[in-house]
Amino acid sequence: MAVTQTTEPDSVLAKALKEGLIAGALALGLFCLVVGFRTEQNIRNELILTHRWGLLTIFVLGAAILRFVITYTAPLRAERKKIKRAVAVAKEPSAFRRSFPKIGLGLLLLYPLLVILILSAYQGSMMGGLQASLKYVDNFGIQILIYVMLAWGLNIVVGLAGLLDLGYVAFYAVGAYSYALLSTHFGFSFWLLLPMAGIFAATWGVILGFPVLRLRGDYLAIVTLAFGEIIRLILINWTAVTKGTFGISGIAKATLFGIPFTPGPTGFAALLGLPNSGVYYKIFLYYLILGLALLTAWVTIRLRRMPIGRAWEALREDEIACRSLGINTTTTKLTAFATGAMFGGFAGSFFAARQGFVSPESFVFLESAIILAMVVLGGMGSLVGIAIAAAVMIGGTELLRELEFLKLIFGPDFTPELYRMLLFGLAMIVVMVWKPRGFAGSREPSAFLHERKMISGEFTKEGHG
Amino acid sequence: MSENKALLRIENVETYYGNIRALSGVTVHANPGEIVTLIGANGAGKSTLMMTIFGMPRARTGRIIFDGKDITQMPTHEIARLRIAQSPEGRRIFPRMTVQENLQMGASLDNLQHFDEDSRMVFDLFPRLKERINQRGGTLSGGEQQMLAIGRALMARPRLLLLDEPSLGLAPLIIKHIFEAIKALNKNTGLTVFLVEQNAFGALKLADRGYVMVNGIVTMSGSSADLLADPEVRAAYLEGGRH
Amino acid sequence: MISEVQKNASAILRVERLSMKFGGLIAINDLNFEAKRGAITALIGPNGAGKTTVFNCITGFYKPTEGMLTLTRQNGEEYLLERMSDHVITKRAKVARTFQNIRLFSGLTVLENLLVAQHNPLMLSSGFTILGLLGFPTYRKAAADAIEKARFWLEKINLVNRADDPAGDLPYGAQRRLEIARAMCTEPELLCLDEPAAGLNARESADLNKLLLDIRAETGTSILLIEHDMSVVMEISDHVVVLEYGTKISDGTPDTVKNDPKVIAAYLGVEDEEVVELIEKAEEAGVDDITAAVDLLSTEALHEIEETHPDAKPVELIPASTLVETPAAKAPSARKAPAKPASSKAGAPAKTGVIKAGATSNALAEPRGGKPDPLILIKGIGPVNERKLNEHGIFHFDQIAAWKKADVIAAEAYLAFDGRIAREDWIGQAKKLAKESQAKPAPKKTGGAK
Repeated sequence: MAVTQTTEPDSVLAKALKEGLIAGALALGLFCLVVGFRTEQNIRNELILTHRWGLLTIFVLGAAILRFVITYTAPLRAERKKIKRAVAVAKEPSAFRRSFPKIGLGLLLLYPLLVILILSAYQGSMMGGLQASLKYVDNFGIQILIYVMLAWGLNIVVGLAGLLDLGYVAFYAVGAYSYALLSTHFGFSFWLLLPMAGIFAATWGVILGFPVLRLRGDYLAIVTLAFGEIIRLILINWTAVTKGTFGISGIAKATLFGIPFTPGPTGFAALLGLPNSGVYYKIFLYYLILGLALLTAWVTIRLRRMPIGRAWEALREDEIACRSLGINTTTTKLTAFATGAMFGGFAGSFFAARQGFVSPESFVFLESAIILAMVVLGGMGSLVGIAIAAAVMIGGTELLRELEFLKLIFGPDFTPELYRMLLFGLAMIVVMVWKPRGFAGSREPSAFLHERKMISGEFTKEGHG
Repeated sequence: MSENKALLRIENVETYYGNIRALSGVTVHANPGEIVTLIGANGAGKSTLMMTIFGMPRARTGRIIFDGKDITQMPTHEIARLRIAQSPEGRRIFPRMTVQENLQMGASLDNLQHFDEDSRMVFDLFPRLKERINQRGGTLSGGEQQMLAIGRALMARPRLLLLDEPSLGLAPLIIKHIFEAIKALNKNTGLTVFLVEQNAFGALKLADRGYVMVNGIVTMSGSSADLLADPEVRAAYLEGGRH
Repeated sequence: MISEVQKNASAILRVERLSMKFGGLIAINDLNFEAKRGAITALIGPNGAGKTTVFNCITGFYKPTEGMLTLTRQNGEEYLLERMSDHVITKRAKVARTFQNIRLFSGLTVLENLLVAQHNPLMLSSGFTILGLLGFPTYRKAAADAIEKARFWLEKINLVNRADDPAGDLPYGAQRRLEIARAMCTEPELLCLDEPAAGLNARESADLNKLLLDIRAETGTSILLIEHDMSVVMEISDHVVVLEYGTKISDGTPDTVKNDPKVIAAYLGVEDEEVVELIEKAEEAGVDDITAAVDLLSTEALHEIEETHPDAKPVELIPASTLVETPAAKAPSARKAPAKPASSKAGAPAKTGVIKAGATSNALAEPRGGKPDPLILIKGIGPVNERKLNEHGIFHFDQIAAWKKADVIAAEAYLAFDGRIAREDWIGQAKKLAKESQAKPAPKKTGGAK
């Protein structure tokens, strides 16, 4: 296709029309059977073929119009891009972008209070606001922060050291089960078990690290994936200890330095003279996971300026050169696995304390894949990018549950959550096409002589395991 | 010279890496049957020009015309099908394929009936490759990989051969062989060669014409003899190494 | 068996009976040499001779099949490199290296590249990360020192201004320098450079020479280098070791090596010798100004261009299908004939020097009696040239013996030999050989010549 740079409107229109028609035809072919027809069971258990021409039309028209618009505006956008390029030769990151981490941190710290205030104003009573905020603090706040922490932990292994780990959820599971078992059997407290869970997970990280040291790329990914599955299958089948698929329930909750969040007279609410509510525990958990996530971020930032962090990044860039500089790549890789696993373990024990129940169901491969997707979408190595990716991905799926109004459009049996994976996939494709290096495609150097310049992602390597 | 008959004509090409301009307003041409060389310091943009011909990166402005056809926006693989072959910078052989397979890949644009004949030519040029015929590309030494990259480019029976520093990492004797071979191919078959070289002496001796590139701009052009005789060129590219 | 290499206290590296086999392939075969402390030792040889393999054995990337590699540090400690793993060799034996295909951390900044090289001392001062993580001042000071050291080397290689740019963004020559600086940041006693001048132009390789001499003078580091650029090898090295097919074929000072016929035949060829000679002549004549030598060289090159590139050569587009005609095409074919000027075939000497891929005046369509003479007996003619000559209708000694000046120019044009025929006296040799072969019939010659 020798694209001639004709800017005549006629030819562009003709081309756009043609491309639009092609896209429509393609969509028709693709969705004809999948969307156009549907089988339903009637009362006599017979399959009945129904058709949904309306929905199919929407799909086909959507594809055609989208393609038409994209093609039609392509020259226009190219022109604008050119102008923008010419103007913004060396663009400084905007003030907003530079202070984004600080603003984000402030928002995160104030989030529960803001939610309560807004909802109280909306409902007209403080108590009502508190109760209503439960959902937002728990489903959105805590849920997202757990994934942020997990993704930051995995980022050490994948983003910094460049070791592709598809079995990260195994360490999450180790942390969760360590807490669940030790707490139910020996009654250890959360604050004792939190570090222990981290240490156990780190140990497992080293155990996984040893056999895979020599592997690279795809081979490493396969073995780590297998490791994740092995841990999950052990949890399912070692019923004497783990109770198999039933899981472990009745796990002790975390306490605020010994003060339990129970309704009794020694509970948190009673001590402070507040009315009884489950919200306090959720808010406490929110700040707990926020603290843990920030710990992960702080350690990551500090480590990047340590020799070990630089060695990780160097390892991602070129392992052979690392060895030629006297860096022991064995221990370097193992510390990366162990550090990443440790944060997974912390997150796991938090998860167990929050849920009060753990079962192998929570540690399937899909979780590993989602966490990895966050790291990749966020931009390898970038904490802010990864946090945004986690917020969008987890927050997005939670948001889907809230979209009740869609039922008015698509009918009462429309359940938006079911489209979660579809949207996930779409979002990932869009982000990767639009920003192939993730949201934050540039890398911040760990040291500088004159000025700190961001390094464009085109120079960094993804690592080969 | 008859610029209109040029086999390759690059007009006013500008290329960018991100926002950094690597080439500005480059205009060069190569007539059929000519050996043209591009000399200049490291980082001047010589390899970028080579790659721009192949559309990696694309020229942002200007035109690249091969045999009367505008190839500026043409997809890279279609450019290669016009029989423009390249021995790229950094060798880029297929490391897990054997020497034989690498050569087959080079010949894949041609029907394979010439394969034996052409591979014989390559092996005559680089007897070393024949010794290593069933070895994987990645296990060859650096210089042998360079030989393979050139050999692979020749297998395509190119009309235009782009050589990016063919002498890189090769022993003096082999460099001589390669230069002899380029000369012979050019003479016997009228192959047009576009050569980028650090070895300015060797390149200018071999070429009919030359261009000098500084910071992405062509600052000088002329017959090899003129360039060799030019005091500025001498000062910048020929002296220094022979103290 | 007693080692060939004498135990020598001044040697920093002794390579004894080194062999390396990959499956059936023998990359290095019983190699012995030593590198002196504080000296620059060059390792040269044809491509695939095993030079990089030697480096990989020294730096621990390969475990040699056989042999001993002894490194003696300044403080007298001896290390057997073949028993150590790669990173330990750098850390304890203080050997650093660069790579043929530059291996920088392209996504890290120039400064970071130099900091990674100081990993081990920084690791210690950061208390294996733990003290550093807690913000102990020892690490902060060590980090500042490391940056100062990096700055020192950046100034040396003239890259201070680009310290905060990604290493992958540097031009090729700068990347080569940075790789050397990075290796130097490990404070090596032996620096192994794998083709440091590859891809550099004349000026840059002259700068490289200065840098390497500077490094040696200031730090006392011994240097072992692989290089094909003779302007580097011959000028800065104290000692040259030549490898071919994994064995040593020559060993000595640059002067002895470059005049060693084995080295010339296997590696240098003639042209470089010529260059060196020219430079020497210029030096002897007291012309310390290099331009004189360059003048000589370029004048010669110009002369050649005039001869081989007649101006206004008529050019036409040749259909692709007939384009690549291999120079190896067997026997001068009818297809080829029209391309050659008929005049030279007819025997008219080419006055203006317009000689295409043409034959000499006395070319034959095929050898007399169907059997060509073994032209390789003439010193300077190898199998490749013999084939070329045959293709151009030269099969017999007497043909070469009868060459005139124009013929010599014609033959040199297709052999791409510059003045070599006269220098090696092919005609004289051929005359002798022609007489010999006439005197005795061929079968007897093999038996009776000895």
